[in-house]
Amino acid sequence: MLGGVLSIAQAGYPEPMHAITLYHYLLLSAAIFCLGLIGFVTRRNLIIMFLCTEMMFQAAGIALIAFSRFYLEYTGQVFVIFVLTVAAAEAALALALVVLLFRRKESLDGTAWAVLKG
Amino acid sequence: MQTVVIDAISMLMPALAAADTESGPISSEIVGAVGAAPAWVILIPMLPLLAAVLNVGCAVAGVKTKLPAVLTIGSLAGSFVLTAMAYLTLSGETNIATAWSWFDLSWSSGSGEGPGQTFKADFGFYIDNLTLLWMLFVTGLATLIATYASEYMEHDVGAGYCRFFFAFALFVFSMSCLVMGDNLLMLYLGWEGVGLCSYLLIGYFYKKPEAVAAAKKAFIVNRIGDLGLAIGVFLTFVHFGTVEYAELFSSEQLRGYIDSVKAGEAGDVPLMAQLIPVFLVIGAFGKSAQFPLYVWLPDAMEGPTPVSALIHAATMVTAGVYLIARMYPVFLVSEWALPVVAWIGTITAFLAATIGMAQYDIKRIMAYSTVSQLGYMFAGLALLSSTGAVYHVLTHAFFKALLFLCCGAVMHGFAGQLDLRKLSGLWHVRGWRIVSIGMLVGCLNLAGVPFTAGYFSKDMILAEAFVTPGPGYALIGWLLLLTAGLTAYYTFRVFFRVFVGPVHYEPGDDDHGADHGDEHGSDHGHDSQHDDDHGFHPHAPRRAINGVLATLAVLAVLAAGLYFVKGEGKGWVGSMLKKSTAAQVYAPGGGDHKTTAAMFLIDDAAHHAEPHHDDAHRGDEHHGDHDHGHDQEADAHGEDHGHEHAAHGGFLGFDPHKVMYYVSAVVGTIGIGFAAWAHGPRGAASGFLGGRTQADRCRMDAVAAGLGPIPRWAENKWYVDEFYHAVFRRPLWVLSYIFQAFDKLVVDGLVNFFGLLPRLLGKTAQPGQSGILHGYALSMAGGVAVIVFVVMLVTL
Repeated sequence: MLGGVLSIAQAGYPEPMHAITLYHYLLLSAAIFCLGLIGFVTRRNLIIMFLCTEMMFQAAGIALIAFSRFYLEYTGQVFVIFVLTVAAAEAALALALVVLLFRRKESLDGTAWAVLKG
Repeated sequence: MQTVVIDAISMLMPALAAADTESGPISSEIVGAVGAAPAWVILIPMLPLLAAVLNVGCAVAGVKTKLPAVLTIGSLAGSFVLTAMAYLTLSGETNIATAWSWFDLSWSSGSGEGPGQTFKADFGFYIDNLTLLWMLFVTGLATLIATYASEYMEHDVGAGYCRFFFAFALFVFSMSCLVMGDNLLMLYLGWEGVGLCSYLLIGYFYKKPEAVAAAKKAFIVNRIGDLGLAIGVFLTFVHFGTVEYAELFSSEQLRGYIDSVKAGEAGDVPLMAQLIPVFLVIGAFGKSAQFPLYVWLPDAMEGPTPVSALIHAATMVTAGVYLIARMYPVFLVSEWALPVVAWIGTITAFLAATIGMAQYDIKRIMAYSTVSQLGYMFAGLALLSSTGAVYHVLTHAFFKALLFLCCGAVMHGFAGQLDLRKLSGLWHVRGWRIVSIGMLVGCLNLAGVPFTAGYFSKDMILAEAFVTPGPGYALIGWLLLLTAGLTAYYTFRVFFRVFVGPVHYEPGDDDHGADHGDEHGSDHGHDSQHDDDHGFHPHAPRRAINGVLATLAVLAVLAAGLYFVKGEGKGWVGSMLKKSTAAQVYAPGGGDHKTTAAMFLIDDAAHHAEPHHDDAHRGDEHHGDHDHGHDQEADAHGEDHGHEHAAHGGFLGFDPHKVMYYVSAVVGTIGIGFAAWAHGPRGAASGFLGGRTQADRCRMDAVAAGLGPIPRWAENKWYVDEFYHAVFRRPLWVLSYIFQAFDKLVVDGLVNFFGLLPRLLGKTAQPGQSGILHGYALSMAGGVAVIVFVVMLVTL
């Protein structure tokens, strides 16, 4: 499976001039996404959880830019600019929500909120 | 003058007047030529309908006066005048007036071969002597009783008054449809209509639970009978192919059956034709309160008294008698119908009389008496004395209406008091003389005292009971004679206790007189002679009630005169019936003798048992003609009467036609005498040697004590209601509880199970919905991982 991905990555360049290839970028992206995911699932602090979602965002951005560079196609980079804008707006909203939630319960514990329990 | 009016009305309705001349007469052996009646007879039923509609208008407009009564009385009087005009111009003929075509359906036979069928029933009116006779007393009595009711119901002026007179007028319309309709469907329409009005009027005091229960009981019991009637009408159409009287009575089929019976081949009449009258008569039993279905009538006394007088004594309950009289030719060809009617009628007459003897509510006594007298009428029809039966209907209508209205006046004046133990000596109370005289006239008639109308009409039936051959008919005669004695007793029991003797009265609990309401003290004097000693003042009837009572008393007396009217038949009624379907149409050998299928049934049995029977039978056929006057008959039959009647169970070897007048007079006198001995007042003041010292103490108490539990059983109506309760109502309840349980457990259970299924499924998935964010995130990530893994596995 990884061999397949490797062959695609190497297909864009006649020979590996640099040590860093698409493969490395994608690996970094996946690692940051997994770290974000693990952080989101394991941590209870709402702000930390929010930061973890931002990490997953940026992991996706790295992957997009890597592919954009790989295919010499700028659509991906443009897309990442949009994602960063949306993420900034979303961060403002999310932090405001976190402040409100904190005011309600005097706590930043995410598990304190379970009103959708079935 | 009359013809001028008729011409004027005919001119207003040219189309129908033209039909008068164009339609040719239909030949018919049973009813003679059928012509077209002038259009104005349609107004006879339509005027009461108009009054009913106007009364609804009054109710809507919130009329607070006696206007509804005026409208009703006016329209009913108009109907009566028109009926009288019809009698003067149309009697003796058979005419049909069609208002409009009602049902006219045709269809081809199923296989497409042969002729199809037509179902035709016009909204039309059949005017013959039977109709005219019935309508004369229906509209006449309705007018009088509406007048009475205008005063009787005055405490309800307003919405209740409108409602009362609406139902009253609608009743007369329905009764007119029943009696005048020219087909069985019209009769059925009227039949249901009078049932509805009866229900509405019994339940008039709808805030009283007893009245509501009585109304429902009357309605439901009548439905049982009506089912029989409906089946009878269906079978008539299926068998004869028509429900129209004119066509039915002129049909070859029915005439063929009559010929078979005349020829002594009663067995040739098909089973279906024999069953039709049996079903029809079930309807008659319901409506006319006969034995198995009589229980509703005594309870119907919860209605206002004018209703009891008109509907439950004089008119509606005679609908069953009318049905049999109208369909008499159909009844005569059946081997079973008339014996059933005879026995049911006799049992009813006897049973109701025994119950009436032990009641204390005077209105209920009159109700049981009505049931009993209706039994007489049924027996009279079945004993081939249609003249006697119809004459009894007529006389009974007058004297029973009179009796009820007198009871009503007492009830009205004494705040609803009807208990004969709490009323005494009304004769001596000021303002009650006319009521007392009316009551006396009614009682004399009902008891069959010689030379009253009730005496003649009852004797016509009694005499026939001893000469008409039939299954056990001799016993019927004796039972009816015994009933006559019982009737005389219970009738005068009421009179002696309530109207003569020392003055004593206690008011009932019916607080309808606003002007007396505050005066009902608890200290009603028990031995006082004057009103002044009481806290309670009875209010004596005023002009309307007294006038109607006096008129009815005169009419009840004059009805006896009809017996002496010379004509083609016996008395006025006999002459009227001679030209109607109720005439005895069978004349074997061209003579005037009575024959029915039922007689052949008996004769066949007798032939086997007794070879020498023929002679006696022939003699009896000669005798059977009862349409002659009394004296002529005696001359015609000569000396061998004793022999004949011995063969057919005559009256102790005498000719019943001759001796019954004396016998019934003696029986009646014994009954009255016993009532006087037991219940008559005692004391120097009254100059009477009766057995009653106080209002509620009499010699009968000792007699009743000597009879053991029997008087108590009779007072409790022989527990017939309890029997019905145990045998019909209780099992129905149990059954309905079982069905309810089935519905609750099985039907509802199934529905609820399917409703529960999604909830159970939800319950299993519920633990996944913890509400905690991490769980959702984990499951989402896990899900994505699984999908990615599967996609990878598949694509690579």
